[in-house]
Amino acid sequence: MAVAVQGMGHSVKRKEDPRFLRGKGNYVDDLKLPGMLYMDILRSPYAHANIKGIDASRALAMPGVLAVVTGKDLDAAGLAWMPTLMSDKQMVLPVDRVVYQAQEVAAVIATERYIAADAITQIDVDYEPLTPVVDPIRALDPSSPLVRPDRENKTNHIWHWEAGDKEATDRLFEQAAVVAKEDIYIPRIHVCSIETCGCVASFDRINGKLTIWMTTQAPHAIRTVFSLVSGIPEHKIRVISPDIGGGFGGKVPVYPGYVIATVASLQTGRPVKWIEDRSENLQADSFARDYHITAELAADADGTMKALRVKTVADHGAFDAAANPSKFPAGLFSICTGSYDMQAAHVEVDGVYTNKPPGGVAYRCSFRVTEAVHAVERMVDSLALKLEMDPAELRLKNFIPPEKFPYKSATGWEYDSGNYPAALHKAMERIGYQDLRREQAEKRARGELMGIGISTFTEIVGAGPSHTFDILGIKMFDSCEIRIHPTGSAIVRIGVQTQGQGHETTFAQIAAEELGLPVANITVEHGDTDTAPYGLGTYASRSTPTAGAATAIAARKIREKGKLLAAHLLEASPDDVEWVDHQFQVKGDPSRAKTMADIAFAAYTNHPQGMEAGLEAVDYYDPPNLTFPFGAYICVVDIDRGTGEVKIRRFLAVDDCGNIINPMIVEGQIHGGLTMGMAPALLEEITYDEAGNIRQGTFMDYLLPTAMETPAWETDKTCTPSPHHPFGAKGVGESATVGAPPAIANAVVDALSHLGVTHMDIPIKPWMVYKVLEEHGLAQP
Amino acid sequence: MAQVKVNINGAPYQAEVEPRLLLVHFIREVAGLTGTHVGCDSTSCGACTVLVDGVPSKSCTLLAVQVDGGDLQTVEGLERDGQLHPVQEGFWEEHGLQCGFCTPGMMMTAVALLERNSNPSDDEVRRAISGNLCRCTGYVNIVKAIQYAGAKMRGEPVTGAAESAA
Repeated sequence: MAVAVQGMGHSVKRKEDPRFLRGKGNYVDDLKLPGMLYMDILRSPYAHANIKGIDASRALAMPGVLAVVTGKDLDAAGLAWMPTLMSDKQMVLPVDRVVYQAQEVAAVIATERYIAADAITQIDVDYEPLTPVVDPIRALDPSSPLVRPDRENKTNHIWHWEAGDKEATDRLFEQAAVVAKEDIYIPRIHVCSIETCGCVASFDRINGKLTIWMTTQAPHAIRTVFSLVSGIPEHKIRVISPDIGGGFGGKVPVYPGYVIATVASLQTGRPVKWIEDRSENLQADSFARDYHITAELAADADGTMKALRVKTVADHGAFDAAANPSKFPAGLFSICTGSYDMQAAHVEVDGVYTNKPPGGVAYRCSFRVTEAVHAVERMVDSLALKLEMDPAELRLKNFIPPEKFPYKSATGWEYDSGNYPAALHKAMERIGYQDLRREQAEKRARGELMGIGISTFTEIVGAGPSHTFDILGIKMFDSCEIRIHPTGSAIVRIGVQTQGQGHETTFAQIAAEELGLPVANITVEHGDTDTAPYGLGTYASRSTPTAGAATAIAARKIREKGKLLAAHLLEASPDDVEWVDHQFQVKGDPSRAKTMADIAFAAYTNHPQGMEAGLEAVDYYDPPNLTFPFGAYICVVDIDRGTGEVKIRRFLAVDDCGNIINPMIVEGQIHGGLTMGMAPALLEEITYDEAGNIRQGTFMDYLLPTAMETPAWETDKTCTPSPHHPFGAKGVGESATVGAPPAIANAVVDALSHLGVTHMDIPIKPWMVYKVLEEHGLAQP
Repeated sequence: MAQVKVNINGAPYQAEVEPRLLLVHFIREVAGLTGTHVGCDSTSCGACTVLVDGVPSKSCTLLAVQVDGGDLQTVEGLERDGQLHPVQEGFWEEHGLQCGFCTPGMMMTAVALLERNSNPSDDEVRRAISGNLCRCTGYVNIVKAIQYAGAKMRGEPVTGAAESAA
């Protein structure tokens, strides 16, 4: 090999780390511009109330307060409402009523952060409380109060969505020997990236340009939406995502604070900074999950699965502001047939309004895939109990066989590739499954409780093909632009946006592999709409499947031209030049070779007459299909009979995400994903009391896992490349978040199954387990 | 207004501030050291951790006036003469960070731990960092990173997970 490129498969040390390690990251709140103003937001104490009046005179009289923005002010400019990504609209600031607790009511613009915070306490709002709609099932009752009287349809029902074949499914259920059925609630949770949301909006009155530094995972789409809503021409808007302190889906939506700060900057001609605090982030920003599921799985007496039937009520809060592709109001929930070969399935979801903040964004998962996986993986275990069959054996019996790929699922997806038995066998062997079962039997005989839980999930990531996937009409391609400099280094600009995934390293590795340039000589840039090519951003594990593919294709376009330059330099026919070991060489004669650095220099200094100078390419990649990563997870838990505490003794994750760019980064993603899978399984949930008050509004009550609860994750892998991706990769950032919760829940149910327990809703808290133990005389006082 | 005089990373800072000014805002806004972050408002996340007279402290829940005359250390003070502190090196080598937001606070806690225990077990590291939340890494590599730093500080040979740069 001519040069050490450190391309695919290398655990390259991250290129972004030197600045983070020195405290020199560039997060939105680190930005300080001359003349910058600060914004703070007054929020509603009520979940549902009329606003009779707002008196801001005391706030406006405070030194340092420049303005108080209310819904009436925005209404005059036609900006009191904004469109959501799901064909709904959302209040930026309310004109006459609030529809959830912590909703934005008014904003103060002041010269100092502390003055703005003081001033919001001096605004008098006259509320007339209304009965809130808290329970989404009761919300569908015609006698329920209306959350959204502004809509034409006078109901809290938003939409009905279904997939699969109802008739065939019902027929299979009628004929089935065994049917397992469970009510499964997947609670409302919040991503809680450690950096909250915020922006600095800066309107330059001289050149008419609006620049917004924003905590966003999708800067290009934001620019287009802001242009369409405000009427400011798109070339006069620049959105910059600087370093982002975690996203996980929570930084995809447009929050009212961004819009109000922008309006304030347009009006004052000064930069306006808005940074929400943690309570605001946790109480008002978009939530995930909140699915009330009834699932049924039908099988023959020998355990052969036949059909799946799922009905769901989805609590979307007061606005349908989910961040799904336009045609998918329930996301990709129809992936719920999972890894199993079944004849038919029928899935229904009904979206419902309640007096809660908007729900339906991701929590580190591709559009409702976690909900789907939790439902099917819990149902498989429920069926195994009914059949008195080992859950591993039942899975192995029903897996889609490796030879059936590409596989058309009962709900219409075409799975690209998979080898599910290989992953499960590997996991069972490595963890010593049979020994664990023996240990469990011995312990049960002694009254001790341990459980073994399996999850063999299939993900669906990489949205997506333009024939099906768009966000507000913008197709979900992604992009890369590569420019090679004369001395053999390069800049790679991409349409996706890292929030910790390590794109500055992994995209350099993709380009290095394809171009034969050392990874150290490649700079990756993203997140500035003035310089990066248009893309839809990073979420739903889409960066590698889309922009990663675009990077490889752009590099291959450069290689096409490079081949002509190589032929010129080698005085050979292009047909006689081939790309071998990261360089061009004359076929059969490795001694006559040119590196990409040679080619780059020639492209600017010695290109043949008639050929265009320079060496660069752009690619907008429209994936032909999604990618379907998968995994086999096994979790071993011990239950403390004195407290009901669930202790994860071991957790092994065998993941398959196809070909890997950087194994170290992939493993890190899996560790993080597992932790965000354990969190909702055992700790995190958002609940409301009857008045619509949030019960977990700060980190004192909303329990993120610390290092103490988090086990030492074990990982392994199999490799089944995607057949349609340019370098066989699939995407992995969310697999573990999706796969882990049912493995943990299944382990707890397994520990208690001999007591007649077939299901427990997550998060499984010590008191819930203790209650079961008490009922069966197993609790230790 | 109150007079606050502190040393941060060995350099003197002096300012007239409101008595209610949080230490983290003094560090970020007055001293201009933005490596120390704010992640919550309930002393839960530890992103704002700095060393006050060597003790890891959550600077979002201290007033600047409380540390008047104190000796502070922040992430910006870890590197010496162009050499990364072993903790910084460990986090890089073991992939102990992803988005980087919790990292400065996490590293300051680690520095204080290793000052009193240069060879901590997994459990000891996990207990020490239990007041610092990380949403990206799942902590496994943070534990390794801190133990890497401990080994380096003890003068033992170290190898991380990452390949060295070409």
